[in-house]
Amino acid sequence: MSNTNNDKPSTAELVEQSLRKRRAAEWRFQQFGKLSIAVGIVALIVLFVQIVGNGIGAFRQTYMHVQVEFNPDTLGIDDVTEDQLALANFDGVVRETLRELFPEVSGRREKRDLYSIASYDASFEIRDMLRDDPSLLGQTRDVVLLVDDDIDTYVKSFKAGDPYEDRLSEAQRERVDRLIEDGILQLHFNSNFFTSGDSAEPEQAGILGALLGSLFTLLVTGSLSFPIGVAAAIYLEEYARRNKFTDFIEVNINNLAAVPSVIFGLLGLAIFLNFFNMPRSIPLVGGLVLTLMTLPTIIISSRAAIKAVPPSIREAALGMGASKMQMILQHVLPLAMPGMLTGAIIGMAQALGETAPLLMIGMVAFIADIPGGITDPATVLPVQIFLWADSPERAFVERTSAAIMVLLAFLITMNTLAIWLRRRLERRW
Amino acid sequence: MDIWVLLLTIGILFLSVFLASRGRSLAVASSVGGTRYLNSLPFYYGMLSALWALIPALVLLALWKLFDTSIIEHIVLSELPDDVSLDEPSQRGLILNQIYNLMSGQLSADAVPGYMNDAVHRILSLTSLADWLITILVVLAMVVLGGFSWWRIDPQLKARAQVENVFQFILLSCSSLAILTTIGIVMSVLWESLLFFHAVPFSDFLFGLEWSPQTAIRKDQVAGASSFGAVPLFTGTLLIAAVAMFVAVPTGLMSAIYLSEYAHKKVRAVVKPLLEILAGIPTVVYGFFAAITVAPFIRDAALAMGLDNYMAVTSESALAAGLVMGVMIIPFISSLSDDVINAVPQSLRDGALGLGATRSEVIKQVVIPAALPGIVGGVLLAVSRAIGETMIVVMAAGLSAKLTANPLDSVTTVTVQIVTLLVGDQEFDSPKTLAAFALGLMLFIVTLALNYIALHVVRKYREQYE
Repeated sequence: MSNTNNDKPSTAELVEQSLRKRRAAEWRFQQFGKLSIAVGIVALIVLFVQIVGNGIGAFRQTYMHVQVEFNPDTLGIDDVTEDQLALANFDGVVRETLRELFPEVSGRREKRDLYSIASYDASFEIRDMLRDDPSLLGQTRDVVLLVDDDIDTYVKSFKAGDPYEDRLSEAQRERVDRLIEDGILQLHFNSNFFTSGDSAEPEQAGILGALLGSLFTLLVTGSLSFPIGVAAAIYLEEYARRNKFTDFIEVNINNLAAVPSVIFGLLGLAIFLNFFNMPRSIPLVGGLVLTLMTLPTIIISSRAAIKAVPPSIREAALGMGASKMQMILQHVLPLAMPGMLTGAIIGMAQALGETAPLLMIGMVAFIADIPGGITDPATVLPVQIFLWADSPERAFVERTSAAIMVLLAFLITMNTLAIWLRRRLERRW
Repeated sequence: MDIWVLLLTIGILFLSVFLASRGRSLAVASSVGGTRYLNSLPFYYGMLSALWALIPALVLLALWKLFDTSIIEHIVLSELPDDVSLDEPSQRGLILNQIYNLMSGQLSADAVPGYMNDAVHRILSLTSLADWLITILVVLAMVVLGGFSWWRIDPQLKARAQVENVFQFILLSCSSLAILTTIGIVMSVLWESLLFFHAVPFSDFLFGLEWSPQTAIRKDQVAGASSFGAVPLFTGTLLIAAVAMFVAVPTGLMSAIYLSEYAHKKVRAVVKPLLEILAGIPTVVYGFFAAITVAPFIRDAALAMGLDNYMAVTSESALAAGLVMGVMIIPFISSLSDDVINAVPQSLRDGALGLGATRSEVIKQVVIPAALPGIVGGVLLAVSRAIGETMIVVMAAGLSAKLTANPLDSVTTVTVQIVTLLVGDQEFDSPKTLAAFALGLMLFIVTLALNYIALHVVRKYREQYE
């Protein structure tokens, strides 16, 4: 060995020593990368597990299977006419039914406690039954009635093996336990959740109103932003000369794509509501605001799609004597359409999940009616989620989560559609 | 007449003018020896006449609809009895409101003075008159203009060139909409902000340390003087954005590095879209998650560690909002960094590897420095996004404007205050609602500046290797 100087290690030894350190650093670096990815994916999983875990319960609802006597004396009517129906005491019938289940209950407070088992909706259900079939008067029928949200929460937690007892009194819990044992309280699919609008009572609240509101809003957004966005992209790609004006348009579009959404809410409030005096809370205004917001996204993706069409196609069309417009409409546009559609779907998915600008134009109002068009007051799904998330009742937590599940289902469907379209129609030149 | 019926009529007229003119061009063509002797295809003759009929009609209709309500209101108000005073604008608004409530049946006819019932009838009759008038005008305009251009059809007429000019003009107007939107934002926000700064001095707003926008609702009401010092909002915004960046920048950047430099193709194909799902989740969902799951968890953890002895620990915290916002921004940072890292030429890596560097050394000493401008641009865009994010902070960060650097405390941000000031009933002459626009102006200016710098940096960098 030629290593005569023992104080100084040779270069090879130095390298050997540092190599261990460097490999350790390499290893740590890679682990840090894996950890970062894990953080993202774990966050995603926790989010989904939490939402699904919280929300799955809302798809089932507690009903009571009871025998109801349509007693004319209790109802206080002798005939079924609209006038009489308006006056009839359906609450009394519900109360009588509950009293028959627990004849031993006495005292005002106890009785009130007992009556609170049934939802407010129960008496309306009975009224509707009687209206549909007047011959029920004086008869006794098996009926399925909605129960109050506190009972519903308790029954669900009871069935899950971990009773949540905070909201019910001792006596009430015993009664409910007995009703569950007797099979009177049963869990069914919560069709109400998909067929009714918002309500202050969690057991009656549904998402149909918000769903239709979202649909109408997206209808306005889609039918405006797609054609306008495509037209703007065509102009910028095919017609515009490079000059100060088109540069200015470009910078504007890029900047608008990054302006906070809440600013678009301010714009909508100032222009559409204050200046044009349009009504608050309607899908038309919401759609207009979202149109302005999604336009940059759609323009940018449409431009990319047009850019991807090779110049040879344009030259061939022009060479055959086509005018510029014919070249664009008959050759470039059909070829760029899949890319444009993909961009539009992604833009619409963003618009579907947007909340902040809609709060500002009043779509945050409590609206129980199902909207019938773009000029009816409405709310949208994300805003409904925001409103329910603010409600103190515990039963709204699971409804909020369930509404989020529906929203996410729509978003995932739209994004899958976009990916599928891109894969299916993608063309390589 | 219903607006939809009118639009349908316009559509039918458009189609018939198109067909008539197309037919006439064919007839003209047969007299000169076939369509090839025409300047343009028959389709363009039809289209030209139809556009001649359609565009003026639509402009007319739009202008009419813009102004008809206010004109009708003006007429009705001017015909009210003389003893009804209309001097103050608020009085006018009140009377109009009553009239409209009466019209929609929310107010019974007996509850209001008689002239109001007359006004309702007058409005109804004027509205139906106006609707008939515009229908007749539109139909007339379409028939006359369509007929005129039908009559003008001639083999020499350059129909295609004219149609294409119109087409090009429409395209140009569509792209100008971006400019109009920007102008709209600036004008609306600036105008209301100027009104606000009329009432509250600019320096008080920008440097004031106390934010309590409660003003008296009635003029004679006694209320604490409201103060509009926005510094607590700015610090709150920055605190949350800082927490978010603290989460998002390292994780996003490292994810991008790992995915583009180390990960197997198959892993990348699965993990990348998974991370991108995070970007597609609506912010209201993150807000709910932060408020229901993360914020209570952080509070309980802080209480368990006994941190409440040293600092305020609240159930709504800047930390909760910031953490969740950071998770939301991870895919944003990672996809932008991914782009710029991929843009670094392979030759640079190969050179460094050839000199004996390990892969992490190549990344740390060659790739990242080369990609740095692009990464900085991406981070700036992410900061602007964090500053402008609304729903997460509305739902999870609280409403109390505190000047604190404690992330476990509840803070409020610019966006939260904009939303809370403007949701619900509002008057547009009180500083309270106008303050929202002033905050919006600040937010717009700051995010615009950040975006501009970021786009500039990213673009300049990208050109380097092309």
